[in-house]
Amino acid sequence: MSARTLLDKLWDAHQVVAETAATPGVLYVDLHLVHEVTSPQAFDELRSRGLTVRRRDRTLATLDHSTPTLPAGADGRRPYYTPEAESQVAKLEANVAEFGIDLLGWDSPDRGIVHVAGPEVGATHPGMTIVCGDSHTATHGAFGSLAFGIGTTEVGHVLATQCLLQRKPKSLAIHVEGTLQRGVTAKDLILHIIGRIGIGGGTGHVIEYRGSTIRALSMEERMTVCNMSIEAGARAGLIAPDDTTFAWLEGRERAPKGAAWDQAVAHWRTLGSDEGAKYDQDVHIDASAITPSVTYGTHPGMVMPIAANVPKAADALEQKALDYMRVTPGKPMAGEHVDVVFIGSCTNARLSDLHAAADILRGRKVAGHVRMLVVPGSEKVRREAEAAGLHEVFRAAGAEWREPGCSMCIAMNGDLAQPGQLVVSTSNRNFEGRQGKGARTVLASPLVAAASAIAGVVADPRDYLDQEAAA
Amino acid sequence: MSSSRPLAYVHSRTAVLANENIDTDRIIPARFLTTTERTGLGKHAFEDWRYLADGSDNPDFALNKPAARGCQIIVAGHNFGCGSSREHAPWALLDYGITAVISSEIADIFRGNSLKNGLLAVVVSPAEHRWLLEHPGTELRIDVAAGSIRLPDGGEIRFELDEFSRHCLLNGVDQLGFLLRQDNAITAFEKNLEQAA
Ligand code: SF4
Repeated sequence: MSARTLLDKLWDAHQVVAETAATPGVLYVDLHLVHEVTSPQAFDELRSRGLTVRRRDRTLATLDHSTPTLPAGADGRRPYYTPEAESQVAKLEANVAEFGIDLLGWDSPDRGIVHVAGPEVGATHPGMTIVCGDSHTATHGAFGSLAFGIGTTEVGHVLATQCLLQRKPKSLAIHVEGTLQRGVTAKDLILHIIGRIGIGGGTGHVIEYRGSTIRALSMEERMTVCNMSIEAGARAGLIAPDDTTFAWLEGRERAPKGAAWDQAVAHWRTLGSDEGAKYDQDVHIDASAITPSVTYGTHPGMVMPIAANVPKAADALEQKALDYMRVTPGKPMAGEHVDVVFIGSCTNARLSDLHAAADILRGRKVAGHVRMLVVPGSEKVRREAEAAGLHEVFRAAGAEWREPGCSMCIAMNGDLAQPGQLVVSTSNRNFEGRQGKGARTVLASPLVAAASAIAGVVADPRDYLDQEAAA
Repeated sequence: MSSSRPLAYVHSRTAVLANENIDTDRIIPARFLTTTERTGLGKHAFEDWRYLADGSDNPDFALNKPAARGCQIIVAGHNFGCGSSREHAPWALLDYGITAVISSEIADIFRGNSLKNGLLAVVVSPAEHRWLLEHPGTELRIDVAAGSIRLPDGGEIRFELDEFSRHCLLNGVDQLGFLLRQDNAITAFEKNLEQAA
C-alpha cells in the first residue's frame, strides 16, 4: 500500500461504506459529544420517528453554552439569563434521561465545556472519529483523532445510526519549525497561521499540524492549536499522537486500562503519516519569527503582531471592519483602551492557560476601569486552579472568578459586553456582536489578556515578563 | 422535519449582501440559539444588521430595500456561512424566505447543513460572482437538475453540485432514512470493531 497520511488512515478505518460518484461514504463515529444548544431538535426527530440512540455507550453529553457562570442562589436556583436558556438545559436533561445517555450535568464533578471536559475524562482517544454539533470539535484532533463539527440534522443521524454521510476532505499539511519565543504561546501560533492562510484557507481540507514545534507542544497547547482550525475554514485539525499524548491520557477515567492500554498504544503509534505521504497542500511556518499577536478586525484572519501597526484596509469591506473596531490604520493596537478582559473558552481555559495568566497578575491589580472575567473550562480545571490558589490571585487582582462554561465566548448566558466595549478575549471568534451586540473583540493569548487587564489598554505581555525576570 | 420539500427550480430576483465572510453569528446571533425548535427564526435572521436600535427596520440593510423584498436568492460575498456549525443559520434563512445562496465560496459546514434542509447553496466562479454582486435585482432561474443559473439575457452560469445532494434536493430525500437502510453494513462494521478491540 502506498504511503498514507494520518487522515487517510483514520478515514480508511472508519469507512462503513465507501463513497462513489453517486453517493457519499458512510463514516462510522466512535464518539458523539452532545450539548444543549444543537441537540433538542435532533432528539425530537428521533422521537417523532420512534427511533432510539444506537450506541449510548458512544454518546456523552454536557451542559456548557446556556449555563450561568454565577453560582446558584440560597434557594438553589441557578441564575439563568432567560427562561429559554433554562428550558433548553432542562430539555437536554430530560432527553438524556429518556434516551439513556451519560450527562456531565450540574451534579457532575466533570462538567465543563464539551471540548475541555471530553478529553479530561479520557473520552477522547487517538485514532477515533469524534463529532459534536459544534464547530470547535476540531479541538480533539490534538489527540490524533478525526474530530469535526456537524449540524443538528447530522446529530440526529449519529444518534440514530452512529454514522454520517461524508465525502473525504482534502489534506493540508502545516509544517511548523523553530522555537516559540518567550511570551509567544500556542494561541499566537494558531492566530499567525490563520493570518497566513486566511479564514477560508482550509475550506474543504483537514489540516495536519506537523514539525518540531508541534512535537514540542504540550497536550493543552496542541488543543489550543487544533481548536481554531475551523477559524481557518478547516473542519478538522490533526496532530499525530506521540508519547506526550499517551502520557496525558494514561489513567484517565475513560481511557483504556491494563493490557487494553498497551494494545491501544501500540496501535496508536502506527497512526502517524507515513514517510513520503503526500498532502494536497503544504504550508511552511517559521515559529521563531512569531510574536505575541492580536486581532484588529472582525474575523480571526485580521491578525497582527502586537508591536505592529494596524494595516491599511485592502478594500471598502475591510475598512468597514476597521470602522466597527474603531481602529486606525498606521496606529498600533497596543495602547487601545480596554473595557473588558475575558479569560475562558475551549481555546484557552485549561489549567496551563490560567497559570499563565495568574503568573502575570500575581501581586498586580486589574486597571480600575476594566472588568475582568476568568472562567475555567471545566469543574476539574476549577478544582485544580483553586487547589493551586489561582482563584485567589485573580480575585486579589480584582478579577471575577466564575463557574465553568462557555460564558462570554458566545455570550448566550448573560455574560456579555456592552455595545461599543472593547474586549480582549482568549476565545476564538471576533465576529461582530459575538460577545454582545456592538461589542468589539480582540482575540489574544492568556498572557496578552492578563497584561492588558493590568495596563487597561492592549498590552504586550513581554513587558511584564521582563519585569519578572528582572525582579 | 424528516426530509425537506423537493426543490427543482428557484426563480427569483437577487438580493446582494456583498460583505465577505458573513459568519453564522451574523446570520443568526447566538442569543437566539436557546430555541428548541427549527422554525420561527426568520424574524431574527441578520438581526443585528436588519433592525435599528428602536426595533424598526434599518433602511440601509440590503434585504430591507424595497427592491429586495420577496427575493428568494441571496448573492453573498466570498466565504459565506463561516464560523459555527449552527444549523439555525440555514433554518433562519429558510424561515425568512430565502431558498438559494450564491457565492464564490461557501463554508463547508454551512453548505452541508443548507443542502440537508433544502436551501440551495451554490458556488460560482469569481468572475460570475463579481457580475452577480454588481447586478442586484437580476432575475435568475436556478435549475437544480441541470446545475445551471439562467440569466435574463439568456446567458447561463454553471455550478457544481455533487450527485447525491442534487438527488436529495430534487426528491426531498430523507438522508436519515438512507442511513437507516445501511443497518446491515453498520452492524457488520461494529462486529469487526468489537473483535479488533
Ligand atoms: S467555548 Fe465558545 S467556541 Fe468553545 S464550545 Fe463554547 S461557545 Fe463554542
